[in-house]
Amino acid sequence: MLFTEGDPIADTRTPDGPIESRWEQRRFTARLVNPANRRRLTVAVVGTGLAGGSAAATLGELGYNVLSFCYQDSPRRAHSIAAQGGINAAKNYAGDGDSVHRLFHDTIKGGDFRARESNVHRLAEVSTQIIDQCVAQGVPFAREYGGLLDTRSFGGAQVSRTFYARGQTGQQLLLGAYQALARQIHAGSVRSYPRTEMLDLVVSDGRARGVVVRDLVTGEITTHLADAVVLATGGYGNVFHLSTNAKGCNTTAIWRAHRRGALFANPCYTQIHPTCIPVSGTHQSKLTLMSESLRNDGRVWVPVQAGDERVPGDIPEDERDYYLERLYPSFGNLVPRDIASRAAKAVCDSGRGVGPGGLGVYLDFADAIGRLGRDVVAARYGNLFDMYQRITDENPYEVPMRIYPAVHYTMGGLWVDYDLRSTIPGLFVIGEANFSDHGANRLGASALMQGLADGYFVLPAVIGDYLADGPFGPVDADEVAEAEDDVRAGIAALLAVDGDRTAESFHRELGRVMWDLCGMERSEEGLRKALELIPALREEFWRRIKVTGAGSEFNQALEKAGRVADFFELAELMCLDALHREESCGGHFRVESQTSDGDARRDDDRFSYVAAWEFAGVGSPPVLHHEELVFDSVRPSVRSYK
Amino acid sequence: MRYTLRVWRQSGPSSRGQLVEYTVDDISADMSFLEMLDVLNERLLLEGESPVAFDHDCREGICGACGVMIDGVAHGPERATTTCQLHMRHFDPAKPIVVEPWRAAPFPVVRDLVVDRSALDRVIEAGGYISAPTGAAPDAHAVPVPKPVADTAFEAAACIGCGACVAACPNGSSMLFTAAKVTHLGVLPQGQPERHARAADMLRAQDDLGFGGCTLTGECTAVCPKGIPLETISRLNHDVLAAAMMGQ
Repeated sequence: MLFTEGDPIADTRTPDGPIESRWEQRRFTARLVNPANRRRLTVAVVGTGLAGGSAAATLGELGYNVLSFCYQDSPRRAHSIAAQGGINAAKNYAGDGDSVHRLFHDTIKGGDFRARESNVHRLAEVSTQIIDQCVAQGVPFAREYGGLLDTRSFGGAQVSRTFYARGQTGQQLLLGAYQALARQIHAGSVRSYPRTEMLDLVVSDGRARGVVVRDLVTGEITTHLADAVVLATGGYGNVFHLSTNAKGCNTTAIWRAHRRGALFANPCYTQIHPTCIPVSGTHQSKLTLMSESLRNDGRVWVPVQAGDERVPGDIPEDERDYYLERLYPSFGNLVPRDIASRAAKAVCDSGRGVGPGGLGVYLDFADAIGRLGRDVVAARYGNLFDMYQRITDENPYEVPMRIYPAVHYTMGGLWVDYDLRSTIPGLFVIGEANFSDHGANRLGASALMQGLADGYFVLPAVIGDYLADGPFGPVDADEVAEAEDDVRAGIAALLAVDGDRTAESFHRELGRVMWDLCGMERSEEGLRKALELIPALREEFWRRIKVTGAGSEFNQALEKAGRVADFFELAELMCLDALHREESCGGHFRVESQTSDGDARRDDDRFSYVAAWEFAGVGSPPVLHHEELVFDSVRPSVRSYK
Repeated sequence: MRYTLRVWRQSGPSSRGQLVEYTVDDISADMSFLEMLDVLNERLLLEGESPVAFDHDCREGICGACGVMIDGVAHGPERATTTCQLHMRHFDPAKPIVVEPWRAAPFPVVRDLVVDRSALDRVIEAGGYISAPTGAAPDAHAVPVPKPVADTAFEAAACIGCGACVAACPNGSSMLFTAAKVTHLGVLPQGQPERHARAADMLRAQDDLGFGGCTLTGECTAVCPKGIPLETISRLNHDVLAAAMMGQ
């Protein structure tokens, strides 16, 4: 028995009534906290990316006593900073027929009908305020010559609703949030704890009451108590070892909260981005994204013949297979991410991949340069071409880029209700760390939108309803001591093994298992195999891990080992979730559930639900809780891009 | 390929440091500089030695976490390139590579190549923002911004806060860092109300934190991975002077 079934989730706290008025209604019914009382209420916010940074800043502005934690040396470095493309908003500035309802509809459809309608509608509503807020903060979005904001199109949409700042939109939005946070730190309403990693959640009387953290400089373990805890610690794509995530991105905060009782929803929903620079060797430490926008002008192809070793320029036109244009004539190179990724894998699996190891396809700009001229192409994509050349030492103006899919984003995360509450009272989860808005596949330029919606607007509007019952009084010192002892014991255990393998080598091996067996295509056979391999590898980890130094010092090897240990436990749950979901949807493709053309086949009768998992101990079968998905406003249909 | 490294090792802020020589084998031209250090660290770990500590995160040149002096140059020999985006194909295996931390009084060494750059956060906290509380914003199109102005703001806003400018400056000044933020916010219409006070407050904070004074040597912009232009410093000086004349 791999898992047991628990009670379905009874209450998602979603308001009734027409979908257009639910958020307004919720904002009205949420209790408020008197400004004078707010400063007596402490909120711990973990993570300083778009979600955490904007939430901490806004809660500070409202007058709460805010504690802000990040593992980086400055809150400005959270990985939101690396987002390139843009942020969606239903402003309809382009006058091309966009609306809140259309953004809502596109997002639900893009997520392959596996997201909660009410949350997604709220996201679309709030999107317009985000742009206003960011402009007021001085975010230098791209502008037209008339001085108004420029927008562009992104995958999965037929309107131009993506606001951007060259290829550095995430950086500019994050600096906006960071500056708002800096203003509150200066004002004294937010206390900032950089180089501080959350290692456990303090739960007392059934409520989340604080965090146990490790000071990464001194190694000191301390507890910070609070009336509410907000996790904004991002996604878990690094479970695959190689991904577009930053090296430090990890699952530790949400995993430790999961161990304390928070349900983990849809862990198998992961997004593989089709256009990344291929792996160049075994020492590769991370993968670099090339923006989706390149597919507007680049043509994707591989040689018709397997094993064709000629340089691309020597392969004549009739011996090239522009497979996306061939398979998906109406969308061509602009099919959504999940479809483009799987098609690339298929041609490489058939032996037609290019470059070292045969794990790459060409993204060719020769036609675009011929049609538009080199200068126009350089103006559109120059910075990306430079980045590509810096990494690969090849000039994409002259030879086609080589690209391959890479893990990019995780749609799964801790389960939250409409108020962003996890199943532990007082524990809120926002941004990529929660599961709520993207269903089984996220559309481009929607991650930034969700992070800022949660942090600036949604959480501050609903957290008061919980805090209105506070302050929650003293926390039993024994419970704090117990949580701290657990953390110290975990660190001591890692240091005590003194084995002969590094955390990096285990991480690499785990990543290979996950990529091969729980990556772009999943099968029952493969997932069952992964569920045998992962526990065995985890057991080996605890026998052979080597960490030098002590817990009471700056020790990056120790940090890494702790994160890898948590990835092992998460990896097992991901494979189990993927195994139990015997359908294909969005980023989750089960080979057993496909059409005769090889497209994903959903099974709405059996799987139109959120799978929320309850922790039952390491190696013990977790408990599955269902949240049925109800579609009142959008009727689930088959996504077709032919 | 095999490389010889001379790496600064220092176990803590108050301990003495020294250059230690290592050789690393099996380095390919396609590896990044940090991946080369990863190879060294894997080996040191297995030998029971403490690995070389260095800051890094995104490894795509945008987070600003990484940065070391390579043969005396901040971020190494390639222009407009962070350490994580620097590849081993630019190094001659015959020549030893000297790797040191940023050296500046306000950046104390934490361990090995890791320094404490939180002084840069203090500079931003002193005024590097527009006071726009959440929810108070007018429609984004209420105030048009001419494209050249938006482009100037963006160019300055591209600063990643890595601290290379401070490390390169013979005076240990953070002027380019501060000026980039003052320029970003000071040219935009939204940034006008606080423009002069912002410049004055940030400059004062920079001085109080122990950063040196600027003598416009231009070493900062030469190593800046994002190419922040030296003109930003002129804008800062202009705004600080204006603030003084307005009694701010």
